[in-house]
Order: sequence, then structure tokens, then C-alpha cells
Amino acid sequence: MKSTEQLEQQLKRHSKAAKLEIWGKVVSFSALLLIVAVVVAIIGFVASKGLATFFTNHVSLWDFLSGKSWNPGVTDAHGKPEVGALPMIVGSFLITILSAIIATPFAIGTAVFMNEISPNKGAKILQPVTELLVGIPSVVYGFIGLSVVVPVTRTLFGGSGFGILSGTCVLFVMILPTVTSMSVDALRSVPRYYREASLALGATQWQTIYKVILRAATPGLMTAVVFGMARAFGEALAVQMVIGNAALMPGSLVDPASTLTSVLTTGIGNTVMGSLQNNALWSLALVLLLMSLIFNLIIRLIGRKGRLQ
Amino acid sequence: MMNPKTQNKVAIGSLYGIAGLVVLILMALLGYILVSGVPQLSWHFLTAPAKAFLEGGGVGVQLYNSFYLLILAMLISFPIALGAAIYLYEYAKDNWVTTTIRTAIEILSSLPSVVVGLFGFLFFVVRLNLGFSILSGAFALTFFNLPLLTRSIEDSLRTIDTTQREGGLALGLSRWETITRVILPAAVPSILTGVILSAGRVFGEAAALIYTAGQSAPALDFTDWNPFNISSPLNPMRPAETLAVHIWKINSEGIMPDAKAISSGSSAVLVLAILLFNFAARYLGKRLYKRLTSA
Amino acid sequence: MFLNNDVTAKTAMLERHIVQPADPEHPTILSTEDLHVYYGKKEAIAEGDLRFASNQITALIGPSGSGKSTFLRSLNRMNDRIATVTGKIMYRGIDINQPDIDVYEMRRRVGMVFQRPNPFAKSIYDNIAFALRLRGVTDKHELDEIVETSLKQAALWNQVKDELNKSALALSGGQAQRLCIARAIAVKPDILLLDEPASALDPVSTSQLEDTLLELKQQYSIIIVTHNMQQAGRISEYTAFFNQGRVLEYDTTSHIFTNPQVQITSDYVSGNFG
Repeated sequence: MKSTEQLEQQLKRHSKAAKLEIWGKVVSFSALLLIVAVVVAIIGFVASKGLATFFTNHVSLWDFLSGKSWNPGVTDAHGKPEVGALPMIVGSFLITILSAIIATPFAIGTAVFMNEISPNKGAKILQPVTELLVGIPSVVYGFIGLSVVVPVTRTLFGGSGFGILSGTCVLFVMILPTVTSMSVDALRSVPRYYREASLALGATQWQTIYKVILRAATPGLMTAVVFGMARAFGEALAVQMVIGNAALMPGSLVDPASTLTSVLTTGIGNTVMGSLQNNALWSLALVLLLMSLIFNLIIRLIGRKGRLQ
Repeated sequence: MMNPKTQNKVAIGSLYGIAGLVVLILMALLGYILVSGVPQLSWHFLTAPAKAFLEGGGVGVQLYNSFYLLILAMLISFPIALGAAIYLYEYAKDNWVTTTIRTAIEILSSLPSVVVGLFGFLFFVVRLNLGFSILSGAFALTFFNLPLLTRSIEDSLRTIDTTQREGGLALGLSRWETITRVILPAAVPSILTGVILSAGRVFGEAAALIYTAGQSAPALDFTDWNPFNISSPLNPMRPAETLAVHIWKINSEGIMPDAKAISSGSSAVLVLAILLFNFAARYLGKRLYKRLTSA
Repeated sequence: MFLNNDVTAKTAMLERHIVQPADPEHPTILSTEDLHVYYGKKEAIAEGDLRFASNQITALIGPSGSGKSTFLRSLNRMNDRIATVTGKIMYRGIDINQPDIDVYEMRRRVGMVFQRPNPFAKSIYDNIAFALRLRGVTDKHELDEIVETSLKQAALWNQVKDELNKSALALSGGQAQRLCIARAIAVKPDILLLDEPASALDPVSTSQLEDTLLELKQQYSIIIVTHNMQQAGRISEYTAFFNQGRVLEYDTTSHIFTNPQVQITSDYVSGNFG
């Protein structure tokens, strides 16, 4: 029989398993830290570049947010550079809100149809189609917008066909699959017995849907819509291809306009690093970044509220 | 005021209408891409280099670039995402550090890809002086891909029952050995599905690439596989326009006479590739799972 | 002495909650001293001083939530990340509930089989062989031999010897649990802890499993948690009765079943509650 000391020695030596455990923890944690570092770096770099407009070039924040003329290379009558980002900010918000307003009833209606009215057809036709369309690259949406939506708009409303309206149409179709499939998830998380209880009380199917299911799924549905808006707000190429890219305050929905992303994509390659023109573009990128943080925050708030209920 | 029954009929009827309309829109979209694009496809189209000012060019180089970038980006992002997912799911304690890290990852996943691309431009192209290159592009795509892939791998780990982990630990294995020898092999089908689906997303990404991998596709010499030669397909330092970027580029420049036909064809290729990724993900996932659970 | 009052019962137990198996042929192999287990601030085990005899089967019984599984899982520190365990766990004279004990080395000596069969998504052969390979057993012959003896000891060899490369996930519940036992004994532990190993099995598999355990006690010291009184009666030499995180009674199984000292034990073993 082994002596106690010998056994104790064996039990207390640092085994290969223990070494591997430390190694595994270190390796996997480093990978995680790397991702965090990337996030910090992105925010840090974009912020430092974007703030340079205000700190290095001494543009006032108010002029930037409320100015209506965007022409960073040129100075106005008072000798100040024209860096009014309002047209782009308005453009971005306008197409985001409009496309969300149109997409929401379609997406939620379809999700209700898939989940409550005809789960069979939903599963067979709609589910695979929406899943596939979620993955379609945004340039493809942009290209179809360019070759279908813009000519149609031109025929119906005159002008060039480029503008907020075309951008809205493209974004509507683009976020529709995303919002729909997230809405389906939200509806699916409503427990089965909610439906049964309501129907057993003599409510019609529509009353059950409207008063019970949609109510119960509200946080999830709101998340889906905000998520769609975040995607619309941040979309660059599809919008850039159909909006006309005129950095002017949009006079109507069919005039050429621009968004933060469209000005960024067209402008960043044509300016010199460190110049005011370039810094002003980074300020737009910063606005974009901040908006994405805000969308993120909203989604969190909705989620927290949903849990509290 | 309608009575509840009529109201019900009207409401359900309108839902049928909405769903029908959505199917119509989505089908029309898909139909348009395929009907206008598939006739453009030919061996010549898929392999020939592009012609900037003349008709009859192909997308061979762009298609190759798309795959090369995809593979590089996946090679970089997979190990990182795997490590991060393992730590998050298997090791991380439920405290404020973990919550903060999760928030950071969520932020990264919600950043517009154009912002990720611009950061890539600033950091890799300018600061590290990598220029418009495959490498810069692969890094930008990695950043774009990391949060999604991490989450998907974490979900895959979640599908493996805790009793499997206990089984490994009870044999005197460390958690790391249990994860790498028991949990990961069992999660392979599900992880693979996630990887392929995220590959589809990476394949079609353009906004993150226009200022990192660049918008030009120098001719490649497909007989030269020395990665240090400038015309070698393997050279990671050359600019590399991808298929998705190509669609955007020729449509915004408007100098290619058959831009529309080329775009239609390219769109169809992108969509078909993504369809293929989807089917492959499902098929391979199921196949592997079967192999794991039967003979 | 027959106590029918809970309070007096507890006081009585405080005086004699450690039972030394009075059998010199089966000396104590594992014992706990002043063991307390906390989930956060909640105390799950308030008192658990037991001594376990070698090469015997000890059953831990008690109503659900009585802490018997928590106690068992503390013995090879499977609760390390989930709960706080204080007190001593003496294994062959060494306190294994110390921070400088290598838990991986310790768990190879104190193995465990769980309530639900948990074969790995590997072949039957690899389920047993892979942990050995990780510990440096690479010789094919040696591995083959260990796999065969382990499967024979677990009484599974005859059913699977021709399909060792088949996935273990295709086994039936009873077979899978035997495989888990084979897997646990392949690393040659000293003590085998079993957490309700038969609760997911049909009666036939259960009875086969019991036969196997009776065979295994020649080589291993076995501690088994069970909610099945008859099972405890059939296979164990000693039985500990748990209630509300305390060991209320610990004695030879025949004693516990025929002459319980505490009313609750009597109620429990005769099926009046639990």
C-alpha cells in the first residue's frame, strides 16, 4: 500500500491537466480581449478623427449640426468653412423613419400570418424566403433600386428619379426580411397558453391576436423595428446608389438628396487625410457611430423593460 | 361598429393580403435577380477579366478575389471567435466584466459596416501602411464578422448538454480538455453551420471593403503562385476589388457600356452563391450530426 | 430508544452523527468532517460527518432536496464552481478539500457516474479510451485491454464487442449508463460516486446495473445516491439518511431499515413520505 506522504505528493503536484487549464483560460481570454480591443480602437480612432473638426479646425458644433450647406473646401461670406451637416442628418433620419414606417405593418402582419394564421404556409414558403433575403448583399438591393425603382419613380414623379423616395423604397425592401424574421421570433416567444386561454374565453382569433399576442410580444416587436432602423440608418452603398448624392436640404421626396453614409462613401477617397474636408467627413462618421450606439441603447432599454414586465 | 365576427373576418382577410403582398415583393425581387442575371452567366463571364471601357468583360478576377478574401477573413476570424466564445460560455463568471465585454461585442455587431470599413482604412491602409490590399480587406471583414461568429459559436456551445461537461470533469480532465476533446467535437455540426452562414454574409459585403481592399482589380496571372509576385493571385498586398464592390463601382462610375448586364450577372452570382452557402450549411450540418450519432 | 420528536432527534444525532463502520476488514477510505455547503449565502448542507468503508456500498437516501446529491458532488469537488464547500474531506488520510490539491488528479481517484447517462459523441471505444490517451496511455494493446476489461466489468462487453466503433449516442439508456460506468472505472479510480444512476432506466436495466455494482465493490468503494429504498436495501451495506441538509441517521442498512432511531427515517423507509 502506498504511504500517505506519497499519495499526498501525487495529489498536490501540478498535473498536466492543471497546466492545460491555465493555458486554455489564457488563450481564450486573449481572443476575447482582442475583440474588445478592436471595439475600443474603432470608437477611439473614429472619435479622435471626428472631433478634430471641432478641436483642430475650430468649427462650432452648432454650425455643424444646424448648417445647411455642405462644402467643406469653401468658406462662406463670414470666412467660416461650410460644414453644415444638417442636410445629411435630415436625409438619414428621413429615409430611416420612412422605411421603418412602411416596413413595420408589412413585417408584423407577415409575422402574424406566419405564426398565428397559417403556420404551414408560413413554414413552407415565407420562412425560407425571408431567411434567404436576410442574407442578400446590400449592393444587390442597391443595383435593383437603380435599375427598377429609380426609373419607376422617374416615370411617376418626373425629375431624375433619384432621391429620398427611391432610397426609402430600397431600404423598405431591404429591412423587410430582417424585421419580419425578428418579429416571428418575438411572436414565437409568446407562450402557447396565452392563445388558448383567450380563445377559450370566447375571443375571436383577431381579438386574441390584437389584444393578447401583440401586446405580449410588444417589446420583442419594438426591438425588431429598432433593429431594422439601425440597419437602415447605417446602410451605405444601397442608399448611395439611388439617393442622388446632392448635399442639399431635400425639398421634396423626389429631389436628389444625401445621407451621412452616402457622403462618406463618395467623399472619403477624394479628400486628403488631415485636411478640414477630410476631418469633416470623419465627423459624419462619428455621428453615424453615435447613432448606432444610441440604437443599441434603445434596444437594451426595450429588452430591460420587457424583462421587468 | 362592426361586430366581432365581421371584424375578425376583415382583419384576417387583410393579414392574408399583407402576407400575400410581401410574398409577391420578395418573390419579385428574387425573380428579378435571377431572370435578369442568369442569362448573363457563362464560362466566359465567370472567368474573363473585366473590361473598363468596352463591352464583353467578365468578372473572373473579382470572383476569385471574393473567395480569396472570404477564406482569409474566415481563417483570421474563426480562431478568435472560437476562443472568445469558449471563454464567454465556458469560463466567464456572471459579473460586470463579462457584461461589459458582452456589451462591447454587441456594439461591434451593430456598427454600420461602412464605419468598420473606414476604421480599416484609417488603421490598416494609412497607419500601418498596408495600402489598399487583400490584407487590409481581410482585417476589415474580420472585424465585421467577429461578433456574429462569436455569438453563433456560443449558441452552438449552448446546445451541448452540461452533463457532457460533467462527464469530462469526472474523468479528471481539465475544463479545457473537456471543451476541446468532448464539447467542440460534439458541437462541430452546429458550429460549421454557423460558419458557413456567416461566410455568406462576408461574401456579399462591400461597404467595409471599398476603402480597404480597394476598388481596382489588377490582372492576375493564374500560373504564378508565388505570393511575393505582384500579379500572383496569392499576393496579399495587391488591391482586390470583389464581386460586390464591382457591382457598386461600375454602377456609380457609369463608364462601362454593359454595366447593367454585368451587374445583373454579378448579382445573380452573389445570390446563387449565398443560396449555395445556405443549402451547404444545412446539408453539411445534418450530415455531420448523423455521422456523429450513428455508426 | 425510539424518538418520535424531530427536535430530540436532532439533539440525539449531534451526539452520534459519525458512524465508524465497525468492520476492520473494510477500513475507512473517505470521511467528511464538519462539512458545510453553501449556495451563495444559502446553506445546503449543514452537517455531514460521515465515514465510508472501503470495498462496500454506501447508500445515501432521503427526500428530494435533502442535500444528498449536493453532498455526493462535493466529495470529488464537482461543486467547486457552483457552491462553497467548507470542512474537511479526508481521503486516505489527506484532506482533499484544500486549495492546493490538484482536483484533476483527485477526480481520477474519486470517479463519478451521473443521473442521466452522458456518453460522449464519440465511438464506444473512444468514450473509454480518450481520457486514457490524454493521460499518456498510447499503446494500442494496452488501450484495447483496458477497454475490454472495463466493458466486461460493466457487463456491457458481450453486447457491444462487435461494434466498438459505433457511436455511443446510439446505445439504449441502460447500455449508455453501463458505458458511463465502464468509462469511469477505466481510469482505475479508488472510489466510485454514483448519483441516482438508475433513475432514468427501466426495471430490467436497473436490476442489471445493481448486479454490476455488487460485482464492482470487490475492487471499488462505492457511494450511491438513490431515491429507491428497495435499491438501497438490495445493494448497500451502509445507509445514510439525509433530511433538510443534515444527516439524521447513519448505520448499517439492515439497521436503518429494520430499526430506525428517528421517526422521519422510519416514515421515509416505510414509504410514508418523500
